[in-house]
Amino acid sequence: MSWQLPAGSPYALEAKELSVVLDGRKVLDIASLQVYPNEVLMVIGPNGSGKTTLLLCLALLIKPATATISYRGIPILNSSHTLQTRRRLAVVFQESLLLNSSVWDNVTLGLRLRGVKGGETRVRAQEWLERFGIAPLAKRHAKTLSSGEAKRVSLARAFVLQPEVLFLDEPFDALDSPTRQALLEDFEGVLRETRVTTVMVTHDRNEALILADRIAVLMNGRIRELGTPQEVFGSPVDEDVASFVEAGNILRGVVGEQSQGLISVNVDGQHFEAVSNLPVGTKVTAYVPYEDVTLAVVAAETAQTSARNQLRGRIVKVFPRGSQLKVSLDCGFMLASVITKRSWEELGLRIGDELVACFKASSVRLIPKH
Amino acid sequence: MDIIIDGVVQAFRLLIHGDPEVARIALLSLAVSLSATAISLFIGITLGTLIGLTRFLGRQFLVGLINTGMGAPPVVVGLIVTVFLWRNGPLGMLHLMYTPSAMVIAQCIISLPIITGFTLASIQQIDPKLRLQILALGASRWQLLWLLVRDTRLPLLAAVMAGFGSIISEVGASMMVGGNITGQTRVLTTAIVMENSKGDFGLAIALGIILMILVYLVSMALTIVQQRSKTR
Repeated sequence: MSWQLPAGSPYALEAKELSVVLDGRKVLDIASLQVYPNEVLMVIGPNGSGKTTLLLCLALLIKPATATISYRGIPILNSSHTLQTRRRLAVVFQESLLLNSSVWDNVTLGLRLRGVKGGETRVRAQEWLERFGIAPLAKRHAKTLSSGEAKRVSLARAFVLQPEVLFLDEPFDALDSPTRQALLEDFEGVLRETRVTTVMVTHDRNEALILADRIAVLMNGRIRELGTPQEVFGSPVDEDVASFVEAGNILRGVVGEQSQGLISVNVDGQHFEAVSNLPVGTKVTAYVPYEDVTLAVVAAETAQTSARNQLRGRIVKVFPRGSQLKVSLDCGFMLASVITKRSWEELGLRIGDELVACFKASSVRLIPKH
Repeated sequence: MDIIIDGVVQAFRLLIHGDPEVARIALLSLAVSLSATAISLFIGITLGTLIGLTRFLGRQFLVGLINTGMGAPPVVVGLIVTVFLWRNGPLGMLHLMYTPSAMVIAQCIISLPIITGFTLASIQQIDPKLRLQILALGASRWQLLWLLVRDTRLPLLAAVMAGFGSIISEVGASMMVGGNITGQTRVLTTAIVMENSKGDFGLAIALGIILMILVYLVSMALTIVQQRSKTR
């Protein structure tokens, strides 16, 4: 199975001067946005920031006030052009939006609309029903499914089309937490394997961290930041973005030891503890919010603290962040904290000073990498 | 009281022995009303779906017109059709006056707003996102219309029932444009009116029972289809 684009345009999808006006107000204003072949671009942002509108414009489902949208470098001009291009895409919405017929009918619908032959349709549909674990449901009526099953059908219905670009609008939002977790794992597996070019909207930071190659932060209809998860979560461009993404340290490591619900994570020869039951040897991405890291001056007698992690390091960088300062320490790996300017002054800190950074094992959010 | 008993007895005698004239009248009724329903369905569902999915200047006015049409008195429709089909009327050269075709035209005009109105209502209650999803699956405009209609088939069956019910039992327009000609344009309702005025209540009651049975059978068939697709 291959979704590789032929050589030609460097972008799977490109939008320029994209704007949408609603009731005289500009709800979307995007100078330019590029999506590379085989990447997963996550669009995050608060409610009402225009995420869904952006997705619908890119998927050619609503007409923006102005825009040049190109697929593989070819601008989409008229409506017959639009239909042809739409048939190279797939969209999964927040609601499952199944039609009033059987699961099989729903999964094969897109192929039938494209006039794909019966034999090929059967093979492809069967394959994707199995991939999402819903083959036994094929004959069931779609309206009798649970929300988790229905979501699997809507995902299978999109993947069976082997789209050039897959769009998803908060697809797991309406699901309860265990269902969501199971489905997210299956979905991640499928994404990694097919390497389908994906644009996904979410307001769930964990989803973004797990799935994204790049993250676009959308606020008030504008892209405020676009970069890798490390860039966006690690060094947000401004306060708004920072407060939305809950900026923090992103550390890549391996589980070294495990006992009593605590694991030790090795990062660049250093290690810290985290609350988890992940098995030894698991590669993880650890996320520690800046706000959860406190800094202590190294004294002869350090006060005892319940925080499991106390790492010694030297201040290498200080950066103003609104009324606060972001202080980066080299503890063997880079670890940053956000403190008030007053704390900085009262502790009499300077670049090069040695400090102890403390954070609780329960402050660490862990994302296993498959 | 005797009149009623005599009537019912005569009705069953006619039904059991199978009077050829009664059979012909019943079949013509069914043929005229079913063809009118079929034509109205085709036009009404397309029209209702288009109006339901689009926004244009004068849409509100059109919807108001359809809603008014849902309650239009058949005699007025009969009058308008008569004026048009009359020998010197604008469509007089078609020579359709006093033919079953004229009755089909009148009945189409009566049932069209009903079917269009029902379709419009059921299309408008569809989640607007379902429309986007169907487009996103690669549907062309016509494929979208067809899939939306297919997806709302339950309320649309109600439209069929209401449309058919309104014209099989209609008498004014059929009388005016058909003329109740023996062996040509006599249908159940016009025959009932005639037998009633002649004082032949037995035959009138017999025709009334047949009419009720026809309406029941058609509604029952549609109900079975509707209930089956609901529980499946």
